[in-house]
Amino acid sequence: MDKKELAQRFSKKIKDLCPEREVRAIHVCGTHEQAITRYGLRSLLPDNFDLKMGPGCPVCVTPARVIDRAIKLARKGLTLATFGDMLNVPGSSSSLSDAKSDGADVKVVYSVNEAIKIAKKIDNDLVFLGVGFETTAPSNAAVLERGVPSNFSILTCHRLIPPAMELLVNLENVNFDGFIAPGHVSTIIGEDPYEKFVSEYDMSTVIAGFEPLDILFAVLKFVKQIDEEIIQLENAYERAVRPEGNIKAKEALNRVFKVVDAEWRGIGEIEDSGLRLKDEYSKFDARKKHDVTLEESRDVHPGCICHLVLTAQKTPKECNLFKEKCTPQNPYGPCMVSEEGECNIWYQYGERPSL
Amino acid sequence: MCVGVPGEIIDIDGNEALVDFKGTRQKVRIDFVDDVEEGDYILNHVGHAIEVLPQEEAEKRLELFDEYLESLE
Repeated sequence: MDKKELAQRFSKKIKDLCPEREVRAIHVCGTHEQAITRYGLRSLLPDNFDLKMGPGCPVCVTPARVIDRAIKLARKGLTLATFGDMLNVPGSSSSLSDAKSDGADVKVVYSVNEAIKIAKKIDNDLVFLGVGFETTAPSNAAVLERGVPSNFSILTCHRLIPPAMELLVNLENVNFDGFIAPGHVSTIIGEDPYEKFVSEYDMSTVIAGFEPLDILFAVLKFVKQIDEEIIQLENAYERAVRPEGNIKAKEALNRVFKVVDAEWRGIGEIEDSGLRLKDEYSKFDARKKHDVTLEESRDVHPGCICHLVLTAQKTPKECNLFKEKCTPQNPYGPCMVSEEGECNIWYQYGERPSL
Repeated sequence: MCVGVPGEIIDIDGNEALVDFKGTRQKVRIDFVDDVEEGDYILNHVGHAIEVLPQEEAEKRLELFDEYLESLE
């Protein structure tokens, strides 16, 4: 069976069923945006179907204050380990990469497990900067429960996707019909957290996988709902998402973290949208273990519209800095840094390449 | 970092598995998945398996898409 032919058939069916009015779906996942942009999926959708990205990039939504803290810790002489993407994210006035150039011990790791291995080999205190959504947080919960070396602590910045989706629903100038929900976040949280978008907000919600055909399949289900005026929650990624999610991972999250109100970079505070370590894990909480004084932070640098891109109010192309003053080699805003950031993805693959 | 990558379990040692990702082998924690064995496919997220994937063949999945599209005709 030919994938391209299937894609064309999906495209035709989506066009057949899409009503003539403007229809808009928002997805909240950098990996979805990568597939959509890289494979030119928008060119297969009708002109009146707008598929936008919301705040689905963990690096992009990490507040400058968290990065400032990591920089201070590194400059103070601690070993700072984190994911590669975090190094180039601008904090209020500099990045971890700048600190590293100045001689601070900043290490890139692929996982928290690797950071622990490094901590075991060194005498210095190591801080792991662990950011990410529901997909990444369980790994940090697991290592803390298993036990970590005494010179290891963690600076967490975990954010939860459903509360951010709810923020979008309530933004007055963002109008849309529903969500293409993130596959791997759903692998952890399951279907339940999305129910309210259907029952309270009348939003079509379809959980999608990450192959181009998975996404077209989800969009077709979405459009079919609009056409038939049946608003519901559908799982179009059943091979990796159970209705109940991953119970073990959720239980670990509940044991180690508490849900708190949390800041999203440039967006502001969202109720119950973050995870903080529970008190029993205080001695591994870098915020409590290593005291630093932070100056006032600055999330949005002059001219940057990342916060509007993250809330689906603007596209990267509407930014005057895009590709000019802001490039992956020299990122001005956080959305240009990470491979999950919309500006970075659009820079790399263009807006609507052909399939 | 938020990217999930499927891989095949080659060997299991307690709560850790050696997983093959299209030729690259890496150790992955398997705390969050039940009863996995060698030959199973898992979805890896920053060093932890978060789900066991059914071993359906890619071709089978395409057939399911085909059937779904047919059903809408």
